[in-house]
Amino acid sequence: MKNREGTLYPRVNLKRHGRVGRSAGIVVMSWLLASMFVWHLALGATSLPMAAVYDALFHFDSSNFNHLIVKSIRLPRALVAVLVGASLSVAGALMQGVTRNPLAEPGILGLMAGASFAVVCAMTIFPSVATEFLPWIAALGALVTAIGVWFIAQSVPGGATPLALTLTGAAITAFLGTLISVMYLLSQDTFEQLRVWLTGSLAGRRLDDVTIALPAILAMLAFAMSLSRNVTVLAMGDSMAKGIGANTAWLKGQVLMCVVILTACSVSLAGPLGFVGLVVPHTVRLFVGADYRWVVPYSALFGAIYLLGVDAIARVLIRPEEISTGIITALVGGPLFIYLVRKRAH
Amino acid sequence: MSKRVHSNIRLAGDDLSVAYGDRVILKQVNFQVPPNQVTVLIGPNGSGKSTLLKTLSRILTPKTGCVLLDGHDIHKSHTRDVAKKLAVLPQGPVAPEGLTVKELVSQGRFSHQSLFRQWSTEDEGAVQAAMDVTQVSEFANRLADDLSGGQRQRCWIAMVLAQETDLILLDEPTTYLDLKVQVDLMNLLVHLAHDLQRTLVVVLHELNLAAAYADYLVMMRDGEICQHGKPNDVFTSENLKSVFDLDARVVQEPISKQLICIPNYPSSLHPNFHTEYQPNEE
Repeated sequence: MKNREGTLYPRVNLKRHGRVGRSAGIVVMSWLLASMFVWHLALGATSLPMAAVYDALFHFDSSNFNHLIVKSIRLPRALVAVLVGASLSVAGALMQGVTRNPLAEPGILGLMAGASFAVVCAMTIFPSVATEFLPWIAALGALVTAIGVWFIAQSVPGGATPLALTLTGAAITAFLGTLISVMYLLSQDTFEQLRVWLTGSLAGRRLDDVTIALPAILAMLAFAMSLSRNVTVLAMGDSMAKGIGANTAWLKGQVLMCVVILTACSVSLAGPLGFVGLVVPHTVRLFVGADYRWVVPYSALFGAIYLLGVDAIARVLIRPEEISTGIITALVGGPLFIYLVRKRAH
Repeated sequence: MSKRVHSNIRLAGDDLSVAYGDRVILKQVNFQVPPNQVTVLIGPNGSGKSTLLKTLSRILTPKTGCVLLDGHDIHKSHTRDVAKKLAVLPQGPVAPEGLTVKELVSQGRFSHQSLFRQWSTEDEGAVQAAMDVTQVSEFANRLADDLSGGQRQRCWIAMVLAQETDLILLDEPTTYLDLKVQVDLMNLLVHLAHDLQRTLVVVLHELNLAAAYADYLVMMRDGEICQHGKPNDVFTSENLKSVFDLDARVVQEPISKQLICIPNYPSSLHPNFHTEYQPNEE
């Protein structure tokens, strides 16, 4: 599938089909997402027929055990997968555009470690902290880390280049990871609750937890959509963007806020899930190009589908036991990432 | 002529100083851009010509002094409003991977759009016209990163033209291009200035190209403007020596009357020159 210039192309190239092709793709992806969602609800230690899932959603009967499973365990889990998948992917897409760094994602730039560290601190110091506050604590941790990484990278000779940002993010992530380990040794009781969460897990969320994060995530996804045209311009570099008439500092601030809130909500729901924010936008760009008005919505849809799929694997691979979803995202994402890096090298 | 120039000045730098840390790049430069002409900035590496262009186009903020665009301080104006009057192509722009030529050129319409005013037929027309004049329409649906250097440079020019501004500032637009492509590009710029009443400021590296195409030539050295005027007046052997420290003769090509600078190469490069041709010279 090499074209004349020697770069690899996927067989389906929506860029060539313009606006109509890309709009049609959105419809197809939405259908795919809906089907995956229902399939995910049916799947589990005991698989349910689709009819039972449908009844549980639309004719709920609280005396029916299967309905209870669907509503109280599987529905929150599927919703978390959709919301977290979409949030992390959109956050990754925005970061890759604005920093012009193809490796940027909430995990690599230290945001996730920051959010996790803040949550771990809060849980260790105030074990009785209400779960309503966790998204805000995570957001604070992510924001402080983001600003910290930015300032450290800025002080490097040559400024906050993509390389400086990535290296700083990696260093901060390693540093905070060590601090989390230290706290783990100091208070093992707290960590019994957090152990699974820290590997990235979609299990154990209640519908209430989802409804706390839901409005913020939807608002930020809409905000990301409204920013998308600006992100394409920022991706052309500061001088170019300024020349075209973009207020670069103000726009970067808005994008940062959007990324921090999306990451914080995701971490508070599912812990630090790696690779989603990296792999999904990359894959999306192969198909729809670099116009962020398309990259953002496609990333949201594909991210949701990807995490539903990965979570399904995590649940059925060693049934009736299950593997932490974060482990599967890394297992699937790692090789995919190596593939992408090799492809870029061509 | 000179009277019209002074009454129509739209862009001017007043007492501009720029420094990176304690390294001074521009030293209190005063500069008025003559309208509807091609102004070319030349100077040795590190002379501050790119910095002057960036400051005039509000990409850099000066330490002292101000840039006036239609009488208003450009650094205090809304950047979007400025972008409707003034377009700038920085040096060595990099397109995001995966953007098609048409998508790239369309970014030039950024300042004409907003959340409430989306893509219009006017935008479409401006993009198409810009692609036609730069002859990139045939690549419209190809990826910008798949094109050759010259083709891609024309795409960037198209993007700047799609902005539909009266003032256009370009930083070394001909670097890395074949001579033929350089000439085509300069012809296009002259056409924009003389026939379509645009005002151009171009930083160039190639001295002969600058002398051939400039209506107004500005020579810079050590952050100061040393010489400025028509090429016939300032493109002289003495000025090349004092500004560039270059030993060269400036001759007029007999047919086109164009000025050409010929560096004084060591005579060992042309062993036959003196023996065979000197007797015929007057």
